[in-house]
Amino acid sequence: MIRALSITKSIHDWLYSTMSDNMAYFVEMVLIALVYLTIFAVAGLFLVLIERRVAAWFQLRIGPNRVGFQGLLQTMADALKLLSKELTGTEKADKFLYNLAPYFVIITALMALAVIPFTQDFHAFDINIGLLFLIAISSIGVIGILLGGWSSNNKFALIGAMRSGVQTISYELSIGLSLLTMVLITGTLQVSEIVEVQKNGWLIVQGHIPAIIAFMIYMIAGTAETNRAPFDMAEAESELGAGFHTEYSGMKFAYFFLAEFINMFIIAAIATTVFFGAWLSPFGITESIPILGVFWFLAKAMILVFLMMWFRWTFPRLRVDQLLTLEWKYLLPINLMNIVIMALIVWQNLIIQF
Amino acid sequence: METNTIETNFKSEEYFINMGPQHPATHGVLRLLLTIDGEIIKKVEPDLGYIHRSIEKMCERDSYQQIVHLTDRMDYLSSNINNEAVCLAVENALELEVPDRVKVIRTIIGELTRISSHCLWWGVMGMDVGALTTYFYGFRDRELINDIFEETCGARLTMNYNVPGGLMFDIHPNFIKRVKDFIVHFKTKLPEYDRLLTGNVIFHKRTKGVGILTKEDAISFGASGPVGRASGYSCDVRKHHPYSALDKVTFNEALKTEGDTFARYQVRIQEMWESLSIIEQLIDNIPEGEYRVATNAVIKLPKGEYYQKVETARGELGVYIISKGTKNPYRLKFRSPGFSNLSLLNHIAVGGKIGDLVATMATLDLVIPDIDR
Repeated sequence: MIRALSITKSIHDWLYSTMSDNMAYFVEMVLIALVYLTIFAVAGLFLVLIERRVAAWFQLRIGPNRVGFQGLLQTMADALKLLSKELTGTEKADKFLYNLAPYFVIITALMALAVIPFTQDFHAFDINIGLLFLIAISSIGVIGILLGGWSSNNKFALIGAMRSGVQTISYELSIGLSLLTMVLITGTLQVSEIVEVQKNGWLIVQGHIPAIIAFMIYMIAGTAETNRAPFDMAEAESELGAGFHTEYSGMKFAYFFLAEFINMFIIAAIATTVFFGAWLSPFGITESIPILGVFWFLAKAMILVFLMMWFRWTFPRLRVDQLLTLEWKYLLPINLMNIVIMALIVWQNLIIQF
Repeated sequence: METNTIETNFKSEEYFINMGPQHPATHGVLRLLLTIDGEIIKKVEPDLGYIHRSIEKMCERDSYQQIVHLTDRMDYLSSNINNEAVCLAVENALELEVPDRVKVIRTIIGELTRISSHCLWWGVMGMDVGALTTYFYGFRDRELINDIFEETCGARLTMNYNVPGGLMFDIHPNFIKRVKDFIVHFKTKLPEYDRLLTGNVIFHKRTKGVGILTKEDAISFGASGPVGRASGYSCDVRKHHPYSALDKVTFNEALKTEGDTFARYQVRIQEMWESLSIIEQLIDNIPEGEYRVATNAVIKLPKGEYYQKVETARGELGVYIISKGTKNPYRLKFRSPGFSNLSLLNHIAVGGKIGDLVATMATLDLVIPDIDR
């Protein structure tokens, strides 16, 4: 189940030669968890920095460029500051749920990261229901938001949490259905096999028109799923102060904040995997140098992340009823039609393959 | 037995929420007591008094030159126009004829102030509906006007440039060139505003048909400025009671009939174009002459009552002075545009969502120190 990259192959062999199988398996799990935690922290901080620089670029500003080279350490410093801050809370908060909520959000984000294929074999958890697992996991995160908003005993937080619940439940349908559209071509939910299929051309090319529609719906729904503008109902700064995390401070707030950015990366990463050939290079196959796959994967994901940042810093926010209208009256029917069209195309074998 | 009343007349599904005094959307220390059913607004009660400084009472203590300073602190975004209102009232009472140069400069400065105020409003309007980038675009252009003001009178916010009898200083030699540069610059930037926000579909959805104010209501609530004009109520003081050099220029009164949030938005955008055209007409022919006529060091208004109104960026500002012939006014009352514009908030926001309330409030363009003097 756990495949190791060729660089880590020797570690794998060494572990199994020095200790019992069970022990080696356990140690290996811990090591992989640590590696992913590091990726999580670094990616989160890096994305925050990117967001700030991109925002500054859109907004005629310079952005953080003082701490470290071009501000590379700025978010690190911010994280340290947040770590050292006092954890305050409301008087009559439900303490247990209040403290639990940030972990729900951050753990689900971390779990989703495990299924992302960074490159060939650099893939912690390649199960045969990979996509289903992703959709299922990403919908648990909203429980954290609901708990956080509900337990902090603040009306603004509660409104934010309720909005977020409504929004995530609605837009999950679109995410699931648009990914299902692509599964019709691949015929499998396993992430590594989805990548395998794309060696004959990225799925967005193979599925042409319905695939492009599915991609657009996926990006809209994905932006909504991560609670980012123009769908940032749950936070809605000008309406609710800070929304569901109004009463959180210090590192607990940072968990919510980091999870938002990791979720954005996950949405982009899934889009890369399902529509844009994951770690496959656009100029032929790169199996000879697997590490180059990481570059291609991250490059594609970053372009999509930039797209989402572009949305955020350009569009006004939707109103909560318009948000639901968009999903239930437009995206969902279009999506269902799209699945039928895609099914016809796959049936008639009209997909484009090289 | 009454089950749905708990000490107040709340229905069981309604709840109460405190918006402000510290809230990002109230732009200052305005407190709104909201009664909400889910997301739907049932009642809005503005609660004032958090920034009350009794400016009108302080005016009774001060001489007429000093009163001008206090008006800067009311509607700080159109401080030059506020100054002008008091100066005009005093000059009318003294039957003092100011030179043409002063009139033209006052009008140019006033229109620049209006543009800078609307720039800030536009940025904040975008921010209130969730488009954060507009804020910086608005400030970019406002900054240029502030630089012109800084060179002219040394201040960027509380100008205090007008004094009874004329201006504090003559204009800076660079003034005309810089204003012309600004006009050229701003004419390329205003279409950018439209491209970024006005044409956006989401923005249309958020603003069209939201917070509708009919013409009758606008008149009965005493709405003025862009708020009244968006409802089809022709209330531009510059048009109906021209003061300073405004009778020498031609401009269109921005009028819309829809009365919704989008109409108020469009009126303000159009006003920026009109202000640019007013400045263009005047900037090349600033007459030579004195920038100030001498007044007595201690101004004593003749006994009587005086009223002067001007059009600030937010609407009609009236100054009502009762003089007993001494060096201080006996009573002084400001009729501020923001106060009457705020009073209609409950009327137009009820039935909308929380997001609608924020968008509506943004187009009322409230400056709290103006309401709460």
